[in-house]
Amino acid sequence: MAKSVESNKIKSNQKLEIPPAINDFVIRFANTNGTGSASANNMFAKAIVRMGIPVSAKNIFPSNIQGLPTWFEVRVSEKNYLARRGGKSEIVVGMNAQSLFDDIDSVMPGGFFLYDSSKQLITDQLRDDIHYLGMPISAICQKEYQDPRQRQLFKNVIYVGALAALLNIEFDALKSLVGDQFKGKEKFITPNIYALEIGYQYANQHFICPLPIKVERRDLINDRILVNGNTGSGLGAVYGGATVVGWYPITPSTSVVEKFASYCERLRIDPASGKKNYALIQAEDELAAIGITIGASWNGARAFTATSGPGISLMTEFLGLAYFAEIPMVLINVQRAGPSTGMPTRTQQSDILSCAYASHGDTKHILLFPESPTECFEFSALSFDLTEQLQTPVIIMSDLDLGMNDHLTPEFIWDDEKKYNQGKLLSAEQLSEIKHYGRYLDIDGDGICYRTLPGTHPDKGAFFTRGTSRNRQANYSEKSDDYVDNMLRLTRKFETASQMLPQAEICQSKIPADMGLIYFGTTAHAISETMDQLKEHSLSVDTLRIKAFPFNHQLTKFIKEHNRIFIIEQNRDAQMRTVISTELQIDPAQLYSITNYDGLPITSKFIVQGILNKLSSKVVTEQVS
Amino acid sequence: MSFQKSKFHHPRLPVNDLGLTYRDYEGALSTLCAGCGHDSITSAIIQACHEQSIPPHKVAKMSGIGCSSKAPNYFLNKAHGFNSVHGRMPSVTTGANMANRDLLYLAMSGDGDSASIGLGQFAHVVRRQLDMVYMVANNGVYGLTKGQLAATADKGVKNKTGELSIFTDIDLCVMALQLGATFVARSFSGDKKQLVPLIKAAISHRGFAFLDIISPCVTFNNHPKSTRSYDYVHDNVVTGAIADFVPVKKEITSDSAQGGCEDICLHDGSIMRIQKITADYDSKNAMKAIVDIEEHKKKGEILTGLLYLDPTGSHFHEINNTTDTPLNQLDQDTLCPGSRILSSINDSFR
Ligand SMILES: Cc1ncc(C[n+]2csc(CCOP(=O)(O)OP(=O)(O)O)c2C)c(N)n1
Ligand code: SF4
Ligand SMILES: [Mg+2]
Repeated sequence: MAKSVESNKIKSNQKLEIPPAINDFVIRFANTNGTGSASANNMFAKAIVRMGIPVSAKNIFPSNIQGLPTWFEVRVSEKNYLARRGGKSEIVVGMNAQSLFDDIDSVMPGGFFLYDSSKQLITDQLRDDIHYLGMPISAICQKEYQDPRQRQLFKNVIYVGALAALLNIEFDALKSLVGDQFKGKEKFITPNIYALEIGYQYANQHFICPLPIKVERRDLINDRILVNGNTGSGLGAVYGGATVVGWYPITPSTSVVEKFASYCERLRIDPASGKKNYALIQAEDELAAIGITIGASWNGARAFTATSGPGISLMTEFLGLAYFAEIPMVLINVQRAGPSTGMPTRTQQSDILSCAYASHGDTKHILLFPESPTECFEFSALSFDLTEQLQTPVIIMSDLDLGMNDHLTPEFIWDDEKKYNQGKLLSAEQLSEIKHYGRYLDIDGDGICYRTLPGTHPDKGAFFTRGTSRNRQANYSEKSDDYVDNMLRLTRKFETASQMLPQAEICQSKIPADMGLIYFGTTAHAISETMDQLKEHSLSVDTLRIKAFPFNHQLTKFIKEHNRIFIIEQNRDAQMRTVISTELQIDPAQLYSITNYDGLPITSKFIVQGILNKLSSKVVTEQVS
Repeated sequence: MSFQKSKFHHPRLPVNDLGLTYRDYEGALSTLCAGCGHDSITSAIIQACHEQSIPPHKVAKMSGIGCSSKAPNYFLNKAHGFNSVHGRMPSVTTGANMANRDLLYLAMSGDGDSASIGLGQFAHVVRRQLDMVYMVANNGVYGLTKGQLAATADKGVKNKTGELSIFTDIDLCVMALQLGATFVARSFSGDKKQLVPLIKAAISHRGFAFLDIISPCVTFNNHPKSTRSYDYVHDNVVTGAIADFVPVKKEITSDSAQGGCEDICLHDGSIMRIQKITADYDSKNAMKAIVDIEEHKKKGEILTGLLYLDPTGSHFHEINNTTDTPLNQLDQDTLCPGSRILSSINDSFR
């Protein structure tokens, strides 16, 4: 190490050395928003994946377009621990003068700080327990490039080149990525590879490469892909047959619709006429966005909207209508940290109550909780069947971490044999055969009635859809009996729903363990690591991952079978615990909650600490990971 | 409650081209106040649809919330209807129209529904150029919530309880003209001779058609101080031209050239025959229509009739380049790209 430190003459330090680690470390990039660092950082993460090594990559970005600090954290883990690790990083790339001191502080003792040494670091007050790897990146760019934009952009590529040497990344993996990234724009390939080489050679000449923390080729990726959840959701909607979208931009949901649109531009153009087999409307607000979705679904198209917390609030009146008038519709909620604008670029699972019971009166909605981009794809496609079968809104509860960060996830699969299921929808022929049609007759006793679409039959099946109380014939009625009859049937419908929704994922030994852990959504990423850490404490636990609401008997049984139940969630008020105790009539005192709500994805450390604290019956007060 | 009408048909009721009588276009028995202007609009719609031989089940009746928004229940029983939420009919209709471009969207709203809570949605559906017939029953008050002043009430008038309208009124025709509606008309529920041809023309028009229909609320806004009472409207309506509707099938006879009539050919081949009352009437000039409306208003008059018409205007699906088949009729083979394409998409993430 001495070479780098001495050659940069910043601080010498031979004392501390972090233990060598292969394929097991965290690297953090500190950049400035709007400087084009994202694509270089992504290239870095993907190169490691191409070497067969699992990574997780998280963008920690401000609500700002240009100028504020932004971080990108990559965890390399051959054990497939893909949640955020938390704590300090083995290596930090400090490219932002604004956050320099914080960034230096975020290096693990004995770790490395790679920085742009074109300007001297102010040396007093600097930590002396880390290694400084100075590289005059700006000066190099100043010399190499004329265009100010290139000078900025290639800085990022140059440090990736340097990291390749420092961390033992195969240069060919990077080269092939550049080739893929600029397919069709070949003139960019050579300059990018050139910039990578500048960094690579500089590092080789000035630092001892590789560092004790490094990567080594493995074969651990299998059929996994590296993609974000919003891409999965948007693509799932294409596969699920969505044709109409009403939406209004809001982080972190915007890219769901953008991805849907870009796949449609490729896959949904009628080959003969060149016309669009879809309609996308950027509405004036979320009220209109959901109105469009409901209108389209009422008329038999598969339609969805995507939003986040503030949009959910605006949509609640319409959600009540869709529940009561029994209109299908899909709503993708990519949750962020609220209330109000809150931390709009940070993650949370804090809309559970506002979605489960969105709207006035006795309302309830179907929620699906995807854990991965693969499930975003599957649930998105599936939700169009579910909403038509159940004739009620289906809300997909993604979150910012899942939606916007790339995750290693099983590849997307589609079964060509699978046919769309429109549920109880009557055709003209079926209507002709029916003696008497009543929109809200529960003929099958499952609470689900038969639907008709406008324009189907010349004189049968028409009715007046409304939010006002009505009888089984869909005629306006304010008779108490009619109202109660209808509400009871809706309850029955939700019982049916609970059997049709994706089942919980349970990991349980033959003899149930003493403790049961209940979790959902992105918390899943931290679970395997949590289990291993608990084992080290000689604790064994069973787990249940909730995939859908309303719950069914599985959850009740799991809770009954365990002496201690922990519910892990990413919000302050233990919202899932509230829903569970209300819906399943379980004494909330029996349900311990572990809640992380600092806006960053939950870590296994946090969960384990929460459990240990509880077991040693320390009062769990505020814990921030 | 809604009450069904008796199904008794007079054997000699006239039938239209589809073999349907007037009664085939009726709805449930109205529960609005006796004499409410909205019921006259209902009967004008029934007459227009019957005479134009519109297949009832190919109509979607859209509305928001209000007495006026209940009206679709009282016409075209064989059509599906959607009584949505207050002020949001335009978005629901937008979605419905996206799903099936082949239906006729007849929408009813109130002045509270469109000029207050739903003003934003109104503005945006106009600029989106949705192919629909948008009718507002303009009574200057909120009927259903018992007579509060609407934003369309003229400045300086009082409602029944004596509350003064102190702010500038919103004129939805003026807004529609500004925002690019290609068919704009104002009429009076008490003047079927004017209203029925306008509804027919609005139906035949391709693109966004807006009809503001003065429709007195007998219960809350029919007093002597009101500018939306039957008496006031009767006494103060003026029109720039009489517009008659000549359906496609009627051969255009030589009398079209008579008396300085101007024929405007609509998209489906039918004709709007304009007989000018004032010499400078011009159905092609939206800016002039705005000025005319405002000038008459200053004199306490209500300018009615066809205010603006651009029969060549576009509409959403044309602009969007949506496929001709209604989207709700595309099958899975057309919509779903299948597993082979998915595997190449997967490869882009490796
Ligand atoms: C969100 C919401 N706010 C308020 C109401 C109460 N409300 C029902 S109808 C109405 C006004 C209707 O006025 P208008 O559209 O002019 O119809 P009219 O009854 O005059 O025909 C109001 C305020 C409601 N239904 N929903
Ligand atoms: S209150 Fe007015 S608007 Fe409502 S039904 Fe009666 S007369 Fe018509
Ligand atoms: Mg009104």
